[in-house]
This record gives sequence, structure tokens and C-alpha cells, in this order.
Amino acid sequence: MNNRLISDIGGLPEGPLDLSEHEPTMTERRIDAMMMLLRAKPRSFWASDENRRTIESLEPDTYKKSEYYERWVLAMKDLLIEKGILTDAEIESKLIEVRSRMETS
Amino acid sequence: MTNTHGSHTGHDHSHADFQPDIKEPKEDWEFLEITLRELLVDKGILSAREIQDEIEAWEKKSPEKGAEIVARAWADEDFKARLLEDANQTIRDFGIEVDVLKMVALENTSDLHHVVVCTLCSCYPRPILGVPPLWYKSKQYRSRVVREPRAVLNEFGTSLTKDTEVRVVDSTADCRYLVIPVRPSGTENMTEQELAKLVTRDSMIGTAQALDPLGLRS
Repeated sequence: MNNRLISDIGGLPEGPLDLSEHEPTMTERRIDAMMMLLRAKPRSFWASDENRRTIESLEPDTYKKSEYYERWVLAMKDLLIEKGILTDAEIESKLIEVRSRMETS
Repeated sequence: MTNTHGSHTGHDHSHADFQPDIKEPKEDWEFLEITLRELLVDKGILSAREIQDEIEAWEKKSPEKGAEIVARAWADEDFKARLLEDANQTIRDFGIEVDVLKMVALENTSDLHHVVVCTLCSCYPRPILGVPPLWYKSKQYRSRVVREPRAVLNEFGTSLTKDTEVRVVDSTADCRYLVIPVRPSGTENMTEQELAKLVTRDSMIGTAQALDPLGLRS
């Protein structure tokens, strides 16, 4: 049982539940909305099990440290590149532009 | 506002003190969200309007849809039989599109209690229950409910008698579950609309019972 996937946690010991409710942030809502639009008809760029496969393939350390929708947006980036919709290079250069714009405003 | 700052008359505070209503992005992944969205919109793959519409549509998806289905099942034995037999078709007939998901309805009784989890991620019957609660996605729930469901249910304030069998069902990307909670006693004369108000989100996941006829936890 030592070769479990990072997401395969059923049955492992864990602490008490946190039952508090969470109002999603705008960033979280947009990530959710984009993910649904990209995988639903008419686009159907990928299926929901591909989401899961991509999330499970994140670096174990990234998976453990990241928030729920952080994993989603990282998976979305990987899927957009894998499906040839966006390139790594254009994402990287846009990211620099967005950062400099947001941080100077 | 005039005198709240006492002798403060000038405009000597920085604008940076102003608290924005919406939090500015500061994490790497928040910048990544903006980046992907702008690229997708620039390239005409998605439109900003569509994203907003999808967010609104999401907000409309709520556990109330599921509650209406459960109330119908409580009130109409034939409907319940069809729901247990073929949930997809029955939910579609009810006017809710569940798309590609395989839906399965599970009936709780005094002898058998179902509770739903997705141990691998967060698969959830969104078309009828909306967005999953935070605890459903937590590693604590996903890890523990399959090993010690009674202890987990106790943390929800839900205690079952020893005689009740507990069955935990694990969702997948393709198959999602709706629990039909036990119909509370004393509800024989209630209308479907009144019954629906007793059906909580958690009771349709199986971590709670339905509310009592007064809408309270008995």
C-alpha cells in the first residue's frame, strides 16, 4: 500500500473534520466556471476524469501544499497545453505581463 | 462621517489604507487564473460574458433541487420506485439535466444508512445539490468516512443505533449518488413543498437525517 497515488487517501488516519462553510472567492468561482465551460459541450476539450488524472499527476509536494482551486487551475493549465489550446510559452509571457500590471496598479 | 476623526481635517492618509471590496490577487495561482482567462478570451475560446453567465448558473444550482426530488419521492411511491430504478431518466423527467453523469439514488431506512464520499477527489452530484461543501472535499472526510463512518457521523451530530447498517458509497468522475433520507415521522399531512423544506443538503449526502416536522433537529 506504499505506492498509493497522492490523491488515494481513503482509509488513512486523519484528524477531526472542520465543518465550517466557505463562501467561494471570485477567483475560485471563475476557475470553476472556466473548467465547466471548457469541458462541457460544445467545446468538450476534455472529460472530467482527465481533470482528475491531471490533478493526480501534480508534484506530490504541490498537491499537498495547494488549495483546492489552486489544484484546479494548475490542472487547467496542464490540460490547455496538453490539448494544444495554449502553449507554455504564451502562458509564461502573459503571466509576466499580468503580474507587472497588477503589481504596479 | 464629519466628526469621527476629531481634528482630522486634511486628506493625509494614504489611499493604500482603503480596503478594497474584492481582495487583490496575491498568490501565484490567482495570477495564473487571470492569465489563462485573458488568453482564452483574447483567442475567442471563451467569452467574458459566458464566464459570468456560468458563475450565475452555478449560484442557481442549489440543494433545493435535490430536496424537491426527495420530497416527491417521499410523497409518491411510484416516483420513488422509478428514482431508485433509473435515477437519470427520473431526474430528467423532473426537469433537471444531469448530462453525462450516471446518477444513483439510495434510500435510507431505519435499518440501512447510506453516506456518500469521493475518496479520490470531490465528485458530487452538482446538478441537483450545487457546489460541494468544504468538508466534503477535505482530506479528513475523504480519509476517515470509509474507515470509521460512525465516528465521522457523530462529528456531524448524527448518531445511529447499533442495529443500523452503515454503507459508505464512493463516487467517481462518472457516477454520483443522491441519498433519500428517512421521511421524518409526523409529516403524513404535509405537502410536497413543506416536505422539501425538511430535506437538507447534508441529509442528501447522508451525514445528517432530515429535519423534523417543525424544521428542527430532533
